[in-house]
Amino acid sequence: MILLELFWSFFQIGLFSFGGGYAALPLIQAQVVETHHWLTLSELSDLVTISQMTPGPIAINAATFVGTQIAGPVGAVVCTAGCVLPSCVLVSLLAWAYARWRDLPALRGALYGLRPAVVALIAGAGLSLLIQALWGEAGVRPALPDPLAAGLFLLAFLVLRRWKPDPVAVMLGCGGLGILAYELFPGLLG
Amino acid sequence: MKRRLGKYKTLFTATFLLSAFTFGGGYVIVPLMKGRFVDQLHWLEEEEMLDLTAIAQSAPGPIAVNAAILVGWRVGGAPGALVAILGTVLPPFLILSVISLCYTAFRSNPIVAAALRGMQAGVAAVIASVVADMAGEVLRKRDGLATALMAGAFAVSLAFPELNVAWVLLACAGVGMAATLLRRKEEP
Repeated sequence: MILLELFWSFFQIGLFSFGGGYAALPLIQAQVVETHHWLTLSELSDLVTISQMTPGPIAINAATFVGTQIAGPVGAVVCTAGCVLPSCVLVSLLAWAYARWRDLPALRGALYGLRPAVVALIAGAGLSLLIQALWGEAGVRPALPDPLAAGLFLLAFLVLRRWKPDPVAVMLGCGGLGILAYELFPGLLG
Repeated sequence: MKRRLGKYKTLFTATFLLSAFTFGGGYVIVPLMKGRFVDQLHWLEEEEMLDLTAIAQSAPGPIAVNAAILVGWRVGGAPGALVAILGTVLPPFLILSVISLCYTAFRSNPIVAAALRGMQAGVAAVIASVVADMAGEVLRKRDGLATALMAGAFAVSLAFPELNVAWVLLACAGVGMAATLLRRKEEP
C-alpha cells in the first residue's frame, strides 16, 4: 500500500526533524533516497535547489514533490498531511507543558543534546550531495571529479564565506555558469 | 458568528501571504509573523510571541508550521489552528505540485539539465557553508560534551549509513537530558 508507506515516511520526517531549516534534509535523504528509492540522489539535489528558490519549508516542499511523483495529487496530500501531523500533536502538548511549568529542564537537556547531532547529520547529508555533484550517481571513484562542478563548488563556497550573499543568488550564478560551460564544452555533460 | 468568520479569513490571508513570501524556510518567518500579528493586527503581545517562538523551535517539524499552529490556536482555538496550517502549507504545496508535474519534461531539456548540474555544485556549497556556521557555533562554546556528540553522531552516520537517523537523534537527546538533569542535581 504505497499511500500508507508515503504517509509513514513523511510522518517520521515530521516527527524527527528538530531545529528547522536543513534539519529535515538528512531524514528526507534517509527515507526517500536510501530506504524507499523514490528519488535518486541527483533528483534530491534538484529538489533542494527548487526548495531554496520557492517559498515554504523544505519538508513540505519535499512531501509535495515526492507525493506527486509517486502517487499523483493524492500522494502529495497524504505526504503533506503525514509531515504536518506530528507537529500538530507535539506543538499542542508542548504549549500546554510550557504554560504549566515554563522552564522544562528535561526538554532543555534534550535540545542541548540534539543541536550538535543535527549539525552532524546535516553535514553527512551535505557530504553525499557534494559527492553526487562531483562524481555523479555512482559515488566516489578513483577518477578525478568533474572539473567544472569542483570549480563551481569551490568558487561558490568562497563567495558565500567571504561576502555572505543571498544563497539563491549564488545558486542562480552557478546555474548560469553551468549553462555557459556546458554549451561551450558539450563534452563535459556526461 | 460573522465577526468570527472574518477573523478566520484574516488569519488565513495573513498566514497564506507570510508563507508565500518566505523563501528558504526556517527562522525567517518568525520576525515576519511578529510584524503582522503583534505590530499590525495586535492579536498577540510581544512577550507572547517570544514564548511562541521558543515553543515552535523546540518542537520537531517545520518552524513555520509550528508557529502557525500556535498563533492559530491562540487566535481562534482548534479551528484557528487548522486555518493557520492550511494557510501556511498551501503556497508551497501549490507551487511544488506544478513544478513536480513539469519536472520530467523540464529536466530532459539540455539547457535546464546544464543549469541544474551547475546548481547542484552551488547547493552543495550552500549546505557546506551552513554546516560551517553551525559547527563553528558548537565548537566556539568549548563544551566538551556537545563537541563529542557532534563528532560521534557524524562518525556513526558515516560508519552505518543503513542506520535510521532517528536513533542517532534519540540517543543524543537522551545523553543531553541525562547530563542536564545530573548537573542540576549536583548544584544545591
